[in-house]
Amino acid sequence: MSHDVIDHLAGIAPGSPLDAIRHARPDAREHAQQSFLALLEPAEPGQLELADRYAVAAYVALLHDPDPDRPDRASGSGPAAGSDPAAGDGSDPDGSGGLGAAAPTRPSAFYLELLADATEPAVVAAVRDAADAGRASGPYGDYREPGLQAEAVAGPVAAIDCSVLGTRLAAALEHAHLLVLHPRDARPEALQALVDAGWEADALVSLSQLVAFLAFQLRLVHGLRVLADSPAPATDPATDLQEARA
Amino acid sequence: MTTITDYPQLRRPEGFTQRGLGWVPWAPPVAEAELSDVQRHALVEASRSASPYFRLLARDPEALRARTLTDLDIFTNEAGGLPRWERELSAAATSRVNGCVFCASVHAKAASRLGGRPEDVQRLLDEGVDARVDDRWDAIVDASAALTLTPSAFGAEHVARLRAAGVDDAGIADQIAGAAFFNWANRLMLSLGEPEEVGAS
Repeated sequence: MSHDVIDHLAGIAPGSPLDAIRHARPDAREHAQQSFLALLEPAEPGQLELADRYAVAAYVALLHDPDPDRPDRASGSGPAAGSDPAAGDGSDPDGSGGLGAAAPTRPSAFYLELLADATEPAVVAAVRDAADAGRASGPYGDYREPGLQAEAVAGPVAAIDCSVLGTRLAAALEHAHLLVLHPRDARPEALQALVDAGWEADALVSLSQLVAFLAFQLRLVHGLRVLADSPAPATDPATDLQEARA
Repeated sequence: MTTITDYPQLRRPEGFTQRGLGWVPWAPPVAEAELSDVQRHALVEASRSASPYFRLLARDPEALRARTLTDLDIFTNEAGGLPRWERELSAAATSRVNGCVFCASVHAKAASRLGGRPEDVQRLLDEGVDARVDDRWDAIVDASAALTLTPSAFGAEHVARLRAAGVDDAGIADQIAGAAFFNWANRLMLSLGEPEEVGAS
């Protein structure tokens, strides 16, 4: 894939102001793309096969989507306000009905498509169901540090049905849920659960990198979309200040 | 079979701090003497072979190398955008929200060193991201904290406040990238091992 995935997901066109801004950090732009390739299109996927990577990615992206049941929280968060028709309006009084919740955002649609191309429909449906069941507001969790225990916030722990996904992928999604929503709850036992499900050390690292990279990529895409949708007023005094600083 | 290591006797830090901390891995790093050429290349800086964190990430060398080069450009490229210390502030605020005591220690200290405002940084650690400092500082911290929530709560109002505080769009892109990147780093540091106190108690 030669196309820059972040540009694609954020809707950044060549020659646009944000395209120029991204090119001012050329290594960050290039190696965010290389990270995508290393984690989602690796030449040697090892124990973490491509279809499993796409399942994890689709699940992680769906967990980042605005919660259709919480329009208050989603409002102002922006992804639906962009130019992506797939993202829906959010204020649509009807939409296409309740079942299936909101349409996925562009990143979720992208990773669901990669998954659908690599596996059977039952797996795609199981991943979507798992994400719907696992949705929550993060980050929450307990602290290991004694002085921070008063700041603990309770939240759900995922238990993924392995009947369709299999033990190994179900364990990987449970770990992904922990990393996405309550990473400070992570303990050695969580890695042991992955080992018990059959994952080996190299795959533990690739899985962890995959989920953590997506937490970066999805936020960068969201932030850049919000920025692109918020053009600076030309006569704003702040613009003069920017020029004075430049 | 992979052996996962627990540390029942670890000297855990009490809370957020700007002191230097150590970090111990739960999953096994590659032994320093056994690093392959590809893994050494992935470390980017040879001195990183001393770190168990980087030797653990070296199990996926392509991902480690790409991640490291992304990191270095976001935080050290001085062409335009946010001053480096404010990128570190974004990283520290993100780490405070996620609860990554190790990352917060490193990047709070970096923000203090580069920005010369250690007391304000300490308030971020002690009081959390709701501590109020000044318009520009607060706009950066609030934008980073909002972006860190899942689902993200970063919106047009954060862009407007950053602009009103004198941050140009290249600077806003740095703030977004800095906070986004620490949502990557925090999750690795929190889930593959844990911090420990080092030196005399």
